[in-house]
Amino acid sequence: MLAVLLRRLLNIIPTVGAVILLIFVLFSVIPGSFTSTGAEDGRMLDPQVMERMRKEMGLDDPILERFGRYVGHTLVGDLGKSFRTREPVTKLIADRLWPSFKLALAAMGFAVLVGVPLGFIAALKPGGLIDSVSMMVAVSGLSLAQFWLGLMMMYLFGLLLGWLPSFGYGDGGPRYLILPALALGVGPMALLARTTRAAVLDVLNADFVRTARSKGMAETRVVTWHVMRNALVLVITTIGLQFGSLMGTAVVVEKLFSWPGLGSLLVDSVFQRDIPAVQGCILVIVLFFLAINTLVDLAYAAIDPRIRYA
Amino acid sequence: MSVPLLDVENLRIALSQGGKSYGAVEDVSFSIAPGETLGLVGESGCGKSITALAVMGLLRPPLSLGGGRITLEGGDIHDLPPAKLRQLRGKRIAMIFQEPMTALNPLSTVGRQIAEMFVLHAGANWSEATDRAVEALRQVHVPSPERRVKDFPHQLSGGMRQRVMIAIALACSPDLLIADEPTTALDVTVQAEIVDLMQELCAAKGTAILMISHDLGLVANMCRRVAVMYAGRIVEQQAAADIFDRPRHPYTRGLIASLPRLGARVAHGRQRLQEISGVVPAITAFPAGCRFSPRCQRATDVCQSNDPPPTPLPENGLVRCHHHG
Amino acid sequence: MKFRANLYIGGAFFATAVIVGVLAPVIATHDPVFDANLMNAEIPPGWEYPFGTDAQGRDIYSRVVHGARISLTVGLVAQCINSIIGVTLGLTAGYWGGWWDDLVSGLTNLMLAIPSLIFALAIMAILGPGLVSLLIALGLTSWSYSCRLARAQVLSLKSQGYVQAARILGYSDLRIMFTQLLPNILGPLIVIATLGAGGSILAEAALSFLGLGIRPPYPSWGSMLSDAREQITTAPWLSIFPGLAIFITVLGLNLLGDGLRDILDPQSRERTS
Repeated sequence: MLAVLLRRLLNIIPTVGAVILLIFVLFSVIPGSFTSTGAEDGRMLDPQVMERMRKEMGLDDPILERFGRYVGHTLVGDLGKSFRTREPVTKLIADRLWPSFKLALAAMGFAVLVGVPLGFIAALKPGGLIDSVSMMVAVSGLSLAQFWLGLMMMYLFGLLLGWLPSFGYGDGGPRYLILPALALGVGPMALLARTTRAAVLDVLNADFVRTARSKGMAETRVVTWHVMRNALVLVITTIGLQFGSLMGTAVVVEKLFSWPGLGSLLVDSVFQRDIPAVQGCILVIVLFFLAINTLVDLAYAAIDPRIRYA
Repeated sequence: MSVPLLDVENLRIALSQGGKSYGAVEDVSFSIAPGETLGLVGESGCGKSITALAVMGLLRPPLSLGGGRITLEGGDIHDLPPAKLRQLRGKRIAMIFQEPMTALNPLSTVGRQIAEMFVLHAGANWSEATDRAVEALRQVHVPSPERRVKDFPHQLSGGMRQRVMIAIALACSPDLLIADEPTTALDVTVQAEIVDLMQELCAAKGTAILMISHDLGLVANMCRRVAVMYAGRIVEQQAAADIFDRPRHPYTRGLIASLPRLGARVAHGRQRLQEISGVVPAITAFPAGCRFSPRCQRATDVCQSNDPPPTPLPENGLVRCHHHG
Repeated sequence: MKFRANLYIGGAFFATAVIVGVLAPVIATHDPVFDANLMNAEIPPGWEYPFGTDAQGRDIYSRVVHGARISLTVGLVAQCINSIIGVTLGLTAGYWGGWWDDLVSGLTNLMLAIPSLIFALAIMAILGPGLVSLLIALGLTSWSYSCRLARAQVLSLKSQGYVQAARILGYSDLRIMFTQLLPNILGPLIVIATLGAGGSILAEAALSFLGLGIRPPYPSWGSMLSDAREQITTAPWLSIFPGLAIFITVLGLNLLGDGLRDILDPQSRERTS
């Protein structure tokens, strides 16, 4: 297991390096990223102020030096100072980590707890009523704009019926989490339902399941012990991959519900041309995603001995 | 005559496809005496594997039992409720399959998969069952069974895995072992070992064997009687010795003639390998009359219009041909 | 013959969206941008304004119908860009191998590590708003799927007889790639493109909703939903129709893609029994 972990970590390092490079190139190298500040939103910066900021940021230094500085700072956790608030970006991000994490976890939790059983039951009776209905629900879930669903739920449950708060983080209580988590979780839920169904159907027809039946094993036991465990492998991989698109959609859902997470920070920073904040947000989000994928790999190895004893 | 162990009478297996029902296997009858070995031979797609599945009650849609009787020691089993049928599987009739690679659960140790049999059928608890699993591995001549018991299937070679399958199948000393092409996926040398193992263990436990294969030579060595299947029907059934000396059906003759013989070149000079021209008809498109007639060199008008009925032969044999003999 | 519900229903939905978009100037009742009379602001759906009006007094129905042009164009063009980039990179990477393959594979891994919406956001941040930057941003985000497909197929087909034959005949590499290899991956490629187009439309809607895509007053379905959010207390009906339009269009593409997969890519077909 340790070997798997180490191997995975080793694989990630070049990817992280490439991401850091990409972020640097996109934001610090491409001309106009910074100096076009103000022109779009109508706020014009005093040329003298801009000149001072340039000197302060060392933007006139040679690229390699700037890159070296950037990497060096990043590695020690210094993500620069926000243009807007002059606070360290790390602090801005730290304040937003927990709400984002909570939302992502709740959304994925919903997706797994609803999507996987749904797909499982659909696969046990393919072509049946539950199968048709749940697959229709699934394809619909994949086809709607999740923020649209969020918007409508916000109106229905928040404003019209008044059952739930329609936006915001509030006191951090669960009532505020429900609508955003549902809106965010619908997409992954739909995909998980479909993937689970496919995986279970595949396994149900596998040779070793036929062997299990030929041993005289009860069908329930065949299904729970043999089928589920083997289907789980594919399902877990999907969960890991889904986290990526989840974090992308989270940006929009957070903005919709005014949820104080990394996503809304990213959007706000983009609008305010707060480059260090944008860079920091993207980096943290990607790192989080890579961490999740590593966990998924470990879980995979824990379940499938073929990975452990490759 | 004593009660046969397994008696299959006029078995019909239906295939439903595109809303219609076809007879994948029709009018198949054979019986196996206790401890006897019967070989079921035929090309891919002739219906031998699904016949085996039918006996086990393992047919799944789109296949289903379409008629006939299957009895085990005189008692009907083809219409048993699923729960009762399940009790027979593993305990009285066991089956091993062609691909040992995929026939074992990749996530469970082989020991556990063998032990499962004892827990299911012998009422053992897991710890006893694991001990008995080690013993079972020893019986199939797996070296260092105490260590092998903890291995996963992917850690074993193909031959080893098939031994594990045999251990599983024979764990509870069933009356009948159905072997569906157990050696086809193995190396030739390993094939011989597996066949020997099967014969040794089954002789010791008194287990009858239904040996399914496309390999006529293998079956001839192993089985006392042989049935040849073509296009869902048994076209000839005789004692193994007789079937090779005096094949009665043109298809059987073709099969035997197509076997490359060691030393034939020395004896007869270089010759083309004999073949049976044509292909096996699809289930949905069986020819009218004798199903083999399109490929048969002796076919006449009556063959194309009339399906030949089974003609009994001495010693419980039969042949389906208008021009047999 | 199985009644291919997916194919027909999906095709119908998608075709409807396309027809609406194409015929927009004809079937719209008002001008979507300029016909804005504050006297008509926030009228609920009724006879004259079937979907109601927004805060500027513009007819929502006309805006939705014109929005089809914008959102569909962006979505489809972006997907084309994605497919072209992906196939080109994948074909060449698989065929030539070596350092080029390593580079492409590394790039693909990089793209897969960054959530696509976030990457699109970053590009929009740099390039600024506008149709072209939107197309670039969306066109650069999901090429990795078609790239992986193309590369995998090339790797498996590379050693086939007819490819060797073409080489011996002196066909140039490019000719081999595009005349021999490409036709073989066309089926799965079309499936990926169809499903991907749905994704591009959703991505455009999200970006426009955030204000980073199509900017008001132009009627993108996504930006209309952004307006709708602001008026949610006074004009809740604004939220329904643009989102519904997105849903029908993307659903059509998803069903169509599933249906096409059954025909064109039988190996990845889901089991039915």
